[in-house]
Amino acid sequence: MKHLLSTHDLSKENALNILDTARMLSDVSDRTIRKLPTLRGRTVVNLFYEDSTRTRISFEAAAKRLSADVINFSAKGSSVSKGESLKDTALTLKAMGADAIVMRHHASGAAHILANSGWIDATVVNAGDGLHEHPTQALLDAYTIRHHLRANEGDLSGVRVAIVGDILHSRVARSNIWLLNTLGAHVTVVAPPTLLPVAVNSLPVEVSYDLDSVLGKVDAVMMLRIQHERMHDAYFPSIREYASRYGLDKGRVQLLPQGSIVMHPGPMNRGIEISAEVADGENSVIVEQVSNGVNVRMAVLYLLLGGAIEGEEKQ
Amino acid sequence: MSSIVLRGVRPLNADPVDLVIESGVIKDLVKVGAGQGEVIDCTDLIALPGLVDLHTHLREPGREDAETVASGSAAAALGGFTCVFAMPNTSPVADTAGVVEQILRLGVQAGLVDVQPIGAVTVDQKGETLAELGAMADSAAAVRIFSDDGHCVSDPLLMRRALEYVKAFDGIIAQHAQDPKLTVGSQMHEGDVSARLGLRGWPAVAEESIIARDCLLAEHVDSRYHALHITTAGSVEIIRSAKAKGLKVTAEVTPHHLLLTDELATTYDPVFKVNPPLRTQADVDALRLGLADGTIDLVGTDHAPHTAEHKQCEWDSAAFGMLGLETALSVVVLTMVNTGLMTWAQLADRMSFAPARIGNAKNHGRPIAAGEPANLTIVDPKVIWQITPDQIASKSKNTPFLEIDLPCKVIHTLLRGEFTVKNSKVNK
Ligand SMILES: [Zn+2]
Repeated sequence: MKHLLSTHDLSKENALNILDTARMLSDVSDRTIRKLPTLRGRTVVNLFYEDSTRTRISFEAAAKRLSADVINFSAKGSSVSKGESLKDTALTLKAMGADAIVMRHHASGAAHILANSGWIDATVVNAGDGLHEHPTQALLDAYTIRHHLRANEGDLSGVRVAIVGDILHSRVARSNIWLLNTLGAHVTVVAPPTLLPVAVNSLPVEVSYDLDSVLGKVDAVMMLRIQHERMHDAYFPSIREYASRYGLDKGRVQLLPQGSIVMHPGPMNRGIEISAEVADGENSVIVEQVSNGVNVRMAVLYLLLGGAIEGEEKQ
Repeated sequence: MSSIVLRGVRPLNADPVDLVIESGVIKDLVKVGAGQGEVIDCTDLIALPGLVDLHTHLREPGREDAETVASGSAAAALGGFTCVFAMPNTSPVADTAGVVEQILRLGVQAGLVDVQPIGAVTVDQKGETLAELGAMADSAAAVRIFSDDGHCVSDPLLMRRALEYVKAFDGIIAQHAQDPKLTVGSQMHEGDVSARLGLRGWPAVAEESIIARDCLLAEHVDSRYHALHITTAGSVEIIRSAKAKGLKVTAEVTPHHLLLTDELATTYDPVFKVNPPLRTQADVDALRLGLADGTIDLVGTDHAPHTAEHKQCEWDSAAFGMLGLETALSVVVLTMVNTGLMTWAQLADRMSFAPARIGNAKNHGRPIAAGEPANLTIVDPKVIWQITPDQIASKSKNTPFLEIDLPCKVIHTLLRGEFTVKNSKVNK
C-alpha cells in the first residue's frame, strides 16, 4: 500500500493494521517525550486547497511526533489561487523532495489524480476530496468505536451505527459507510430523502427517514454537520424544521440503548444537528475523536512511509 | 478526360465492381477489370457514401489552440467524412451572417471537407433573444440548422418561437437537451457510480423532460425538431412515441454513447468527462437498438477538442467533451455492424444519407450510382487498429478511445472525385 486515497479500496487487513498501529502509537502520546524518530529526515507536505485548520493541525501533529519535517502549503493566497494547475504544484513539490503529500481538495478525485498521474512519486494521503472521501476521518471514527465498544480488539462485527444528516454531500459519510461495512458493522443512514443519493440502494446501508425509530437500535450515532446553504437549494424548508426532525437533542438521546456513543466529525453547529447538552453529555466521545485523530494519522504516515503493510517493501 | 478506377471495390459491401470516376462524378459501375483509366486497387475494400457529421466543434474562430477549421477538416477527412456541420459555440458565437460566412470561407480554404456552418438560435447563445436566423439562412452559408449546442434553449416560449420562425425557410432547431436547473454543477450521470465517487449527478430526467417538452412544442406548431446526442433509454422511448405520432422529430446519438459507460469515471480521468455524460450499460443497449431500428436517425460525433490544460486537471475543473471524427466510423462498426445490429447499408444511412437529408447538405449522402457526385469513403473492414496521440490530426488529443482495438480503417476519402485522403494519409 503506497497511498491512502479512499476506504472503498482499503482492505480489512490494512484497515485493522492501521487501527492496531494507532493503538500502539497512542502510548507515545501519553509519554513525556512525545516523539518517535521513525520519520526523521522525511518530508511531509500538507497541501490544503480548502481551509481546514482542524485536519491540518491533526496531520501536522502526527507527522511531527514521528519526527518528520512538515511543510504547510496552503493553496489560498498562493500561486495556486492565481491559477497554477495541480500538475504544476505537484511538480514543485516533487522538486522540493516531498516524501508524502497530505492533500485536502475541493474536487472529488483530486487525490486519486495526484497519486495516479505520474507527476510525482510521493505517497499521497487523501485528507478530504470534494464530496468523495475523507478516509482518515473514517479510520479515527472506527478507532473510537472500537475503543469504546470492542476494547480496541478485532473488527466491528455486530456493531450498529447510524449516520445522520447530509449523506449526499458528505465525504465523511461515504468513507464511513465503506470502512464500517468492511469491518463488519451494520450501518443505517438517516436523512431527509433529498439529502440521500438517488442511488442510495447501491450502497451497503439500511436507509431511514425517521431518526426516532433508529436511535433505539444503535450502538453509535454519528451526527453530520448540516450546511445552511442547503436550505436555499430546497433540500429542506428551514433549519428549524431540519433540527426538529433530524437534530439530536436531550430528549432524543434518551432513546439510545445503554452504553451507546454519540459522535460528530466537527465542526459542530450546536443547537442544529446536535444540542449543546448532547455534545457535552455523557454519551459524547467527540473530544476523544480529535485526539484519536492524531494517533490514527500517525499510524497512516508510519505505515505508508516507514513501516510496512502486507509485507510490502519500505520505500 | 482522365478517369479514376476504384478496382474491385464493394459498394455498401455488395459484390465487387470497378467504380469509374470522371469530372468529380461517378461515371459508371462496371465489371471488375472493365474500367478504363488510372487504376487504384480496392480489392476487399468497401465503398461508402462520404460520411456526413451533423455535429462537429471546430473551435475557430476563438479557440485556435484547441482546433482550427483546417485541422478539424483534416481529422474529418481521415475519419471518412466529406461534409461536417460546424457548431456555433465559437468566439465570437456564430450568431450572425458575418460569422457563419467566415466559417464557410475557412472551410473552403481548408478544402478537405465541405464545412457547413450551424447558426446559433439565440444571441451569443445566451438563451435570451433570437439571433437573426433569417439573415443566416439568406447568407452565403445558407444556414438551415440552428442550435445553441453547449447550452439548452430552456425557455419554453423562446423554443416555441424558434421552432415556428424557422419554418419560413425550412430550418430545423437542434436542441442540446439539458434542463439547467436540474443540472447545476453536474459532473457525471446520476446513479450508482456518482453516489460512490462523490461527483454531482446529471440525472437522465434533465434530458428527457426537455425532449418531451420539445416534442410537444414541435407538434403544436408543426415544426421540425432535432434532438442532439440523446443518451438515455428514456429519451429513446420519447422519440419513438413522437415518431409514432407522426411528428417531424429526429434524433442523434454519438459514437461514445454507443460504447462507453459511467463506470469510466472511476478513473477520475477527465478524458471521460463529456456533456451529456456517459450513462449506464442499459442506456447504451437501448441507444444501440434505437439506432438499429431507426428511432435514432443518425450518428453525430460531437467532436469536441480541448487542450491538455483543460483535461490534465481535476475532474471538476476539466472541460466537457471528447474527440470523435477520426474514430467515429470504427466505433459504429464495432458497436453496430460487428454486433450484427446493422448492415453496412444501414450504417451508410445513419452516417451519411440521414444526416445529409436532415441538414439539407446538397450533393452529400447520395447513393453510389452513375451520375452521382463522387463523394466516397473507401474502407478496409478487416484492419484492426488503435488510435495513438501522435497520429491524431486534430490539434487536441482528448480521445477516450486509446488502447481500444478498433475495427475498420478509412483508406481513401474522395470529395467530388478528388482524394482528400489517400492510403490513410491526408492528400493535400
Ligand atoms: Zn451538446
